[in-house]
Order: sequence, then C-alpha cells, then structure tokens
Amino acid sequence: MNARQRDENPAGIHLPLDPLPGHTSRGRLERVLRRGEFAVTTELNPPDSADPEDVYNRAKIFDGWVDAINAVDASGANCHMSSVGICALLTRMGYAPIMQIACRDKNRIAIQGDVLGGAAMGVANMLCLTGDGVQAGDQPGAKPVFDLDSMSLLETIRIMRDNGKFLSGRKLTTPPQVFLGCAVNPFAPPYDFRPIHLGKKIAAGAQFAQTQYCFDVPMFKAFMQKARDLGHTEKLFLLCGVGPLASAKTAKWIRSNVPGIHIPDAVIKRLEGAQDQKKEGKQLCIDIINEVKEIPGVAGIHVMAYRQEEYVAEIVDESGVLKGRQPWKREIRRDDQLVAQRLDHILHDEITETQVDMVKTAH
Amino acid sequence: MSDKQPAVTQATLVKKAAPKSDYKPADVSPQRRVQRTFAVRLWSIRHSRLLEWFYSRFADAFLLLHPLWKGIGYGRVEAPVKFVEKRVKGFMFDCRMCGQCVLSSTGMSCPMNCPKQLRNGPCGGVRANGNCEVEPDMPCVWVKAWEGSRNMVHGDKILTVQKPVDQSLRETSAWLRVTAQAAAARETSQTPGASA
Repeated sequence: MNARQRDENPAGIHLPLDPLPGHTSRGRLERVLRRGEFAVTTELNPPDSADPEDVYNRAKIFDGWVDAINAVDASGANCHMSSVGICALLTRMGYAPIMQIACRDKNRIAIQGDVLGGAAMGVANMLCLTGDGVQAGDQPGAKPVFDLDSMSLLETIRIMRDNGKFLSGRKLTTPPQVFLGCAVNPFAPPYDFRPIHLGKKIAAGAQFAQTQYCFDVPMFKAFMQKARDLGHTEKLFLLCGVGPLASAKTAKWIRSNVPGIHIPDAVIKRLEGAQDQKKEGKQLCIDIINEVKEIPGVAGIHVMAYRQEEYVAEIVDESGVLKGRQPWKREIRRDDQLVAQRLDHILHDEITETQVDMVKTAH
Repeated sequence: MSDKQPAVTQATLVKKAAPKSDYKPADVSPQRRVQRTFAVRLWSIRHSRLLEWFYSRFADAFLLLHPLWKGIGYGRVEAPVKFVEKRVKGFMFDCRMCGQCVLSSTGMSCPMNCPKQLRNGPCGGVRANGNCEVEPDMPCVWVKAWEGSRNMVHGDKILTVQKPVDQSLRETSAWLRVTAQAAAARETSQTPGASA
C-alpha cells in the first residue's frame, strides 16, 4: 500500500496536522481517541546517554504498534535523558510523543517554558504528573521542588492553551495546542476518593488519563463503575496501564519497593507455578488486556514494559486490541530516497565539487 | 528488568556507597522532622466537624474586630497575631505557616505536612496501609484529609481545585489576610446596595 498514511501531513512527517473542529491539539493520539478507536500507548525507556541513536533505536521497535510514546521525565527520581530532549528527537522523526512533566524537578517558571518549547517542537500530548519523591531515586540529596502539583500543573497548561496566558496573566503570542493527560492510580488508598479525585483532575483540564499498572482487574472494574457513575468516562479517555512481569521475584520486589503498584497474591502464585515465568508474565499481561478492553469506558491501553520493550509488539499483536488497524509508522518517502541517492553520490563517488570546477563544467 | 537482579538498583548502590556513620537521622523528609508527635494532628482531623464549627465562629469574631485591626494598623498587629497563630495552629495541625490556609478545604489535615506539599489530593504512591510513600510510618496526609472532610458540613470543599502556593506569602498571617479580604468583600457588596 503506497497511499499516504492516515493522520500524516502530506507536506512532511515533522509538520503538524491540520486542526480538526473540537480538537485541542494537532496530534494523532487525540484523533485516534476521538474517532473511537482503541488506542495503544507505550513508554520509552530513557537512555543514559547523549547519543540520539539510542532514542531512535528504542522507538523503532514500537513502529506500527503504538499510537503514542511516553517520554518519561526522570521516572522513579532517577537521572536519565530529559523528556524534552527525547521529545525533540522523536518529533523530528515523526513520532507522536507524550511529554511527561513531573513537578518534582522544576518550578512554575521552568515548566511553563518547557510547555512552550515542547509545543513548538510539535509535541501534541502532555502528561502532568506529581513525580516520585527524591528519596526513591539515585539522587536522594536533591532538592524536591514540587512547586506545582499535578492538578495545578494541569490547570496551568489549560490556562496557557485556552486563555493564551501564562499563570502570571502575561499574554502568549501563540498558545500551545496540546492534548492534556493525567495519571490515575485506582489501586492506592483512599480508594473511595480516587474516582472523585479523577473528577477534580477533569475539572482542572485533563482530557485523557493513563492508570498505574493494573494487576487486579476486579479492583479496576469497581473503580471504573464509580467513574462511569460520576460521568467521568464521557469527559475523559481512560487508558488502562498494563505490563508484563519478568518473574515472580521481580513482582515481589516491585510490590515491596515501588510505591503505588498493587500486585495481588494470586498473580505471584500464578507466576511461581509457571515453567517459563517470563512467558507466563507476558501471557498474564495479555489476559489482563483482554479483560480490561471489555470494560465500558476504557478507551485504550498503556503498555509499560520496562526493559522488556521488545515484547510490546507481541503483546499488542496477540491481544488483538488493534483489530487490524495499523497505527502510524515511519515509512520511507519519495524525497527521503532522493536525499539518500544524493548523499550516496557525494559520499561514495569520486567527485570534486568545488565552485571553480562547477563553473568549468557548466561552460 | 529482564536479565538483571531487580534488588540492585542505582538507588540501592547510592545508598550503600554513602559514608558510614554512627549518627543515622530519624525520618526521611524535613517535613516529618519538624512535626510534633502527630497525636494532636490526628485528634484535630477526628474532630474536624467541631473545629469547622469553631473556626467559622472565630472567623466571624475576627471580622467583627476588623475596625480595631484597622485602627491599630494591620501592620502593627501582624507580629503578635502571627505569634499566636503560629503556636496555636502549630500545636493543633503542625501548621507550616504557608500564609494561605486551606485547612477547611482539606478536612483539617494540613497539606503542607505532605513531603510533596500536595494541595489537591493524594499522589499515586500511597501505601496499601494508607501510609506515606516517603515516610513509611506516617499516615498519608490526604488519606486523613479525606476522612476528616467526610465529617464536615462543608466537606465537599475538598473538591475545589487549589491554586499553586504563593511562596511569597510564607510566614505571614492567614487569619489577618482572610479577615482583610472578607472585610473588603463585605464593603464592595454593601456599596452598590447603599447607593441603590
């Protein structure tokens, strides 16, 4: 199929799409969700390097399987390449990144600047997070900033987008056009406050939400029931967070060391009982996807396969959530080939291209 | 986490490499270290309804005294009022003197005691037993806030989205600010009524 892919600017992949009525961003993720298609997002493991190839290689394995890629902002309070940097590289290659912004490291001055910078690079989706505490990471001596919280961050970006103003009231010449996301954790106390808290985030500006890892489907169903009763699922696209567990040992370690992830005993037992724990972890993830995709109000899944990114394609394929639809992927374009030929000619053919020679040959 | 042993993260290595010393400070965050024993704070949350009733009377009384504050000068009364406010609220709520008190919207649980100082609800890291992710022995400020707000008459104020903290107002009196603002609001609402 040589036809142009859906949701791609014909003039170039790095260019924004034309705005659609009722859309707040020019991004593909918002288009997919608003069309009612089951969206798939994933997370890019940020490299500890200054090599752009590391980012490109890590993004490449998701090609054609996901609608958007989360660029994490020092997750777990560990130092990595910044989300702004990853987004700069990904947008250049035509990917649709979700720029995560954590309130832990930046104050409102830096954050508002990054929002403008990100939007200018073509980032269409931003995810507002509070961020883990600094004690969890590899720099426990850092100053925890937390100038804004996830809620006031959502409101800040919404004000920038809809009112065209900074928090201070100063006007923006061009407001950022972004699709705003938030995180929800239905698996942490206070359980009865969580759905109401999500309503508060919608009021602050959230348009989509990604949940924490879901390993307890009945608990998630109870949360979704409440969210539906409160009418949240009509105002917000909710993507359920899922992911494969590498082994029972990893699961136990995550349960006791990573805050906010709830893994029931049944899951650990199932992994312990399996011959190949890694394979069973993947199968468990697929089973959970198959259960959650049937829950009304779930608009998609967010696959977090930390250090098992190569499994994302298999998980998405085997669970069949795309129903034959192929998300955008980077394809070679006609002008890319021209550039490649020209480069090949310059690099490999013995030619001297000085201006003097060119004048001689022109006569 | 596929091939490596999950127990050894960079954070663990950093902790292990830290110089050994006989002095190991208690707790993790400064927010926790400056707290009093949290019995009084938790008592206040359990009796949030009583405190809500009391505070609304108290605020009215403070507003009645507005001419007095204005007569003496808000600037002059600031120091003594702040002195009392800091000690009373410090004892009752472990107040951090942010200067923009939201206790009545947060179930009488001071959100500035949260190690992340969240003013709009809990983070996603609350432990299964309802304790804080940063301070394993401290009940989450927002779990308590939700409990406290359920006892209160206007407990649904917990649903309003709070603006970010104005750091320039720290160590100022919230009582005087609220009173002056209420007095100003009362005057503007009365002026058009009187002229009409």
